[in-house]
Amino acid sequence: MRFVDEFREPELISKTADEIRRLAGTERHYRMMEVCGGHTHAIYRFGLKDILPENIELIHGPGCPVCVLPMGRIDDGLAIAHEPDVIFAAFGDMMRVPGTQGSPLEHKARGMDVRIVYSPADALKLARLNPEKHVMFFAIGFETTAPSTALTIMRARSEGIHNFSVFCNHVTIIPAIRAILDSPDMRLDAFIGPGHVSTVIGCRPYEWIAHNERKPIVVSGFEPLDMLQSIVMLLRQLNAGEAKVENQYKRVVPWEGNRAALKAMAEVFELRPYFEWRGLGFISQSALRINDKYAEFDTEQRFEVPGIRVTDPKAAQCGEVLKGVLKPHQCKLFGRECTPEHPIGALMVSSEGSCAAYYNYEHRKAAMVTLSLAG
Amino acid sequence: MCLAIPGKIVEISADNQDSALVEVVGVRRRIDLGLLQDDKPVPGDWVLVHVGFAMSKISEQDAADQMNTLRMLGEIDGAMQEVKGYGLEDMN
Ligand code: SF4
Repeated sequence: MRFVDEFREPELISKTADEIRRLAGTERHYRMMEVCGGHTHAIYRFGLKDILPENIELIHGPGCPVCVLPMGRIDDGLAIAHEPDVIFAAFGDMMRVPGTQGSPLEHKARGMDVRIVYSPADALKLARLNPEKHVMFFAIGFETTAPSTALTIMRARSEGIHNFSVFCNHVTIIPAIRAILDSPDMRLDAFIGPGHVSTVIGCRPYEWIAHNERKPIVVSGFEPLDMLQSIVMLLRQLNAGEAKVENQYKRVVPWEGNRAALKAMAEVFELRPYFEWRGLGFISQSALRINDKYAEFDTEQRFEVPGIRVTDPKAAQCGEVLKGVLKPHQCKLFGRECTPEHPIGALMVSSEGSCAAYYNYEHRKAAMVTLSLAG
Repeated sequence: MCLAIPGKIVEISADNQDSALVEVVGVRRRIDLGLLQDDKPVPGDWVLVHVGFAMSKISEQDAADQMNTLRMLGEIDGAMQEVKGYGLEDMN
C-alpha cells in the first residue's frame, strides 16, 4: 500500500480496500476488465494492484484509441499528406506513433507539413489561416472525442470552408466489448465501464452486457477511491449472483448521456460495415465514417486512399494481451525488442496502452526501491 | 488523451453563444460549448473540457478532485500543454 499516502482521503481508501478483501474472500477468483485506457493508466500509476487481493485480476481492455489503430491507417494518412499542399494535423498523441516509414514526427523532420493541434476546432482554424492549402485532420478517439470532430465538421460546412477534411478513425466502444466477450479464449466476470466515454453515450448502451451476457458493469471515475468503490460494487453484484449496470461516476456521467453530443455524431457520421482494430482484427460496425451529406469533408472521399495493410510481427502478442489471455510481461518481446521508446506492438505506443503502463510502472517501482535502498 | 480537464467558465462570447473563455489554473483559453446545448453553462460554472470542447458541467469540488487526479496521474503537464495549445497558441 505504498502509494496510499499520496491519496486524498487515505482512511477511506484503506477502509474500502478492507471491504474489498472481505467481499473477495479467498475461495473465488474474480476477473474484471477495465475497458478504458485512462483506467489502465490510473491502475498502474496508483499502484492499485498492490492494494487488491491476489484473487482479483484486472484485465486491461481495448480502450486506448492510439493503441487499437492499425499501422496501415497511419501509413494511409501519411501517404495522403505527401500530396502537394496538404497539411497533416493531428493530436500530440499521434505524433510518435510509428508507421512503416516512421512516425508523423519523423515525416515532419523530413519536410512534411505536420502540425500538432489540441482540438479539432484548431485544425479547422488552420484551414482558415491557410486558404491555399488543404488541411487534413487525422481524427482518432472513442465517443469522447467523436462528437467534437462531428461538430467541427458541421461548423466547417456552415462557414463554407472548402480546404478542410477529416481522415476519420473514430471507433465505438460497444462492438469492441462485444468482440471480446465473443472471443472463445476469453473468461471475464465483470467490467469496469469507461468514465468519459459514458458522459457521451450514457449507461443504457451497456445494458445488454448485464441482461444478455449476465456480466455486471460499473461505470467508474478515475480517482483511486472511484475505482476501488467500483470494484466493491462489482464484488457485491457477483457475490449476490446479480448482473446490473451501475453508475459509480454519477457526479459526471448522466444515465442518458449527452444528447447534444449524440445528435452531432448522428448528423455527421454513419457506422462502417467493419473496421480493423490492431490486436483484435476486423470488428463489424465498430467504427464511424463521414456520411454522404458531409462527403466534402471526408478525406477518404476526396483523396485516393491507398488502403495499406500492415501485419504486426508474429512474435507480437498484443491480441492475447488485449483479451487478457496473457499479461503484458508474458509477451516475448516485452521490455526487450518492444519498449515505449521503440514500440513494436500497439499496446506500447501510448501511456494508456497496457504494455506501456505496465512497463512504466515496473520502472517507477524499481526506481523507488533503489531510492529507498540508497536512502 | 481520454482524461478530461476541468475549467471554469469566465465569459461567454457576446457574438457567439457557443464560444466561451475558460480558466484552467490561471490559463485562459477559448473553448467550444456546442456539445452542452441542452444544459448551457453560465460564467462561474465548472465544466470538463476534452479536446477544446466542454463535455459536461461539474461541481467546483469535482473540478478540484479531477485536477488532483490529473496531478497524481502525472498528466498535469500534458493537460496544461493541451490547454495552452487551444487556439493554436503554441503554434508549432
Ligand atoms: S510487449 Fe509489445 S508486442 Fe508484446 S504485447 Fe505488448 S505491445 Fe504487443
